[in-house]
Amino acid sequence: MINIPDIANATPIQILFCVLSVITLATAFLTIYSKNPIHSAIYLVISFFSIAGHYLLLNAQFLAIVHVIVYSGAIMILFLFTVMLMNLNKENEVHKPRVTRLGAIVMFCLMCLVLIAIFINSKPIVGDYTTTGEDYQSIKVLGKVLLNEYMVPFEFASVLLLVAMIGAVLLSKKEKLEK
Amino acid sequence: MNNILNQVGIENYIFLSVILFCIGVFGVLYRRNAIIVFMSIEIMLNAVNLLFVAFSTYHQDAQGQVFVFFSMAVAAAEVAVGLAILVSIFRNMGTIDVGNLKNLKG
Repeated sequence: MINIPDIANATPIQILFCVLSVITLATAFLTIYSKNPIHSAIYLVISFFSIAGHYLLLNAQFLAIVHVIVYSGAIMILFLFTVMLMNLNKENEVHKPRVTRLGAIVMFCLMCLVLIAIFINSKPIVGDYTTTGEDYQSIKVLGKVLLNEYMVPFEFASVLLLVAMIGAVLLSKKEKLEK
Repeated sequence: MNNILNQVGIENYIFLSVILFCIGVFGVLYRRNAIIVFMSIEIMLNAVNLLFVAFSTYHQDAQGQVFVFFSMAVAAAEVAVGLAILVSIFRNMGTIDVGNLKNLKG
């Protein structure tokens, strides 16, 4: 079940986790809630940075750096560029009908309830977390795993990125009129 | 730093990921702006990635992090192609309201 840690003698790591979680959830919600798409993009950047903080807290340095570079760097620049290209920073969006919005809220609550109930009831995670002191997530180990066992998927990922780049260029090219 | 899961607990990471994922689903259902819908999809992908990393730490296995690496590559490709599609939709129809894209409705 949910064990609420007592706030009085919480360790610094617990406090850090709580602060990061609140920032993540609040900015993710504000991304959806704010009317201006530029503000949404800014909130999404903050959310991505706090998720990178979670990765650092879990001692996954490589993923934290890659997350900051890929998400906060590349993807958010793409989003902002598209928003500004379409000149969408006006707050003139028509809302969905009231029934649909109510349905979305009910769906949100139900999905939270069902998923949390599944995770609580399916298999209670008991026991302490044991550390063997083995190095399993430094960049050295990750590189060895990535280039030994996952060599073929790694190469296919590069092919995927190449195909996506060509596809994006072709899609956004201006279509010539038929003569 | 080694025993963060002793101090925080894997359940709290599960709750965080579940709520983040549900916020993403809520965004897809709630908004009409296609760019915000894309951002919600990114939030959902990030929730799953966070759970992958937490369980990778829980099992002390590097393979979860490798999988997160691949899913980041797929997310980058998806965003590039999706935004290109959005730009061409905007060029053809003058709007990216998902309520207006119903030419295939039959």
